[in-house]
Amino acid sequence: MARRLEIALAVGIVSLMAAGASQAGDRAAELTALVREDCGSCHGMTLKGGLGAPLLPADLAEKDASSLAAIILDGVPGTPMPPWRGLVSEADARWIAEHLKQGFPQ
Amino acid sequence: MNRRAFLTAGVSVGLAGPAMAAGAGEACAPMRGTGDLGLIIERATGSVLIVDVGAHKTLSRIEGLGDLSHATAVFGPSERYAYVFGRDGGLTKVDMLACRIEKRVIQAGNAIGGAISDDGALIVASNYTPGGIKVFDANDLGELASVPAIGANGKPSKTVGLVDLPGRRFAYALYDADEIWIADFSAGMSPALTKFTNVGRLPYDANVTSDARHYLAGLFGEDGFAHVDLWADKPEVTRVVSGYNAGREKLPIYKMPHLEGWGQSGSTLVLPAAGQHEVLLLNLETMREEARIPAHSQPVFCVARPDGREVWINFAHPHNNTVQVLDVFTRKIVHTFQPGPAVLHLEFTPRGHEVWISVRDADRIDIYDVRTRTKKAEIAGVKPSGIFFTARAHRLGA
Ligand code: HEC
Repeated sequence: MARRLEIALAVGIVSLMAAGASQAGDRAAELTALVREDCGSCHGMTLKGGLGAPLLPADLAEKDASSLAAIILDGVPGTPMPPWRGLVSEADARWIAEHLKQGFPQ
Repeated sequence: MNRRAFLTAGVSVGLAGPAMAAGAGEACAPMRGTGDLGLIIERATGSVLIVDVGAHKTLSRIEGLGDLSHATAVFGPSERYAYVFGRDGGLTKVDMLACRIEKRVIQAGNAIGGAISDDGALIVASNYTPGGIKVFDANDLGELASVPAIGANGKPSKTVGLVDLPGRRFAYALYDADEIWIADFSAGMSPALTKFTNVGRLPYDANVTSDARHYLAGLFGEDGFAHVDLWADKPEVTRVVSGYNAGREKLPIYKMPHLEGWGQSGSTLVLPAAGQHEVLLLNLETMREEARIPAHSQPVFCVARPDGREVWINFAHPHNNTVQVLDVFTRKIVHTFQPGPAVLHLEFTPRGHEVWISVRDADRIDIYDVRTRTKKAEIAGVKPSGIFFTARAHRLGA
């Protein structure tokens, strides 16, 4: 599965995804693994925070999904938060942001 | 290994079959030494594998250690007890002979790693929330001291890069305060603190050379390392290997580089660049940069073969299926291979005949012959990450 994710990311299939925060089941599973495993290396697998900020719903309540999606795509300059543009599409970022705010799937 | 064999192996771990009688206090081996035991973190399931390194075999799977993403372990001097530091602030003492949890405490909200004093008496945890370090009795994990990390900026800081130094001392860096501290517990549990300020922006990890002389903290907010010569009468901080991003685009870093297990090779230290697909060679005699070697991607761990001639390197997402071997003597990458999806960690056997590689997304640990660089065995594990062999018990700063 994760190998497929990598291939998908590498060849940019993601850019073909429909816009909006709904994702087909497979892509949703790939993004869930990406967030738990690879965002998790800085934010913690449970998203309680680590070197990166906590990303639980209570922590993000004040922030709207589009600004979070923008952070995911463009990073936070001067901090370790990297820009994920190129690895995740705008639709992916939006999907991640909305699900972070709702309580991220396991 | 073919797919069916892999699945079978995976299942036997999942069910903890009879060969791995887990938990409940029964000895996993009737009578044995501990010098060839290892502990492997299964990050997602909060479990660890106790492995027989010589036999390439899992002896036991121990569960109930909490959130083990980014977990590390240290060993007591008898090589019987492992102390596992979890992300959720859990500190667990594991009896590797009885294959069970001896004691477990939740010592902080969010932790990053730990160390053990040279006499084996003190376990120290390094924390994110709240920041600072805490000291525990190695026997019963009773808390002995808590040292907040309030920097000169008045803010509590995450602590990173914690290492032990001779004489019940510990060095660590303050990520949010740009400082390095040395805490000396030789006279009791109210430590004498030596503080270095303005060491450079956002120290993210650090390590010390095996002679306890050079402490280096990697900086994230600038391209360089903060260096303290601990042998000096009056140690001070200097900046070394700085400016490696100058005039070049700093590439995004999808996983922080680590200095744990770094590649010390004689008088050369092999360091991961932050923001370049390179490793940086530092000469420890001159403290000058010797070379920059282009690598496959953003390096994460640069681990020296125990004799030092080679350094094996793994990489950040999304190029983390690859490992490269640098010959430090000729300064050439001599081998590149793909163990599998998401290579998270590497550990050499104490004298370097094998290297064990955790391949997270394949749910296995691969065992390579180091001379021939061929795979000779594998062990199943659920999302394995850190691999720790007991020989670390007798390595300074490890
Ligand atoms: C290399 C470390 C690292 C990785 C990997 C990482 N982040 Fe971050 N992230 C950070 C840091 C550090 C911050 C805090 C930046 C600051 O100080 O403002 C941050 C901040 C954020 C924020 C803003 C939080 C807030 O409260 O404003 C979001 C959202 C976020 N990250 C999402 C993600 C997602 C999603 C991923 C994976 C696709 C990811 N991050 C991967 C380090 C990382």
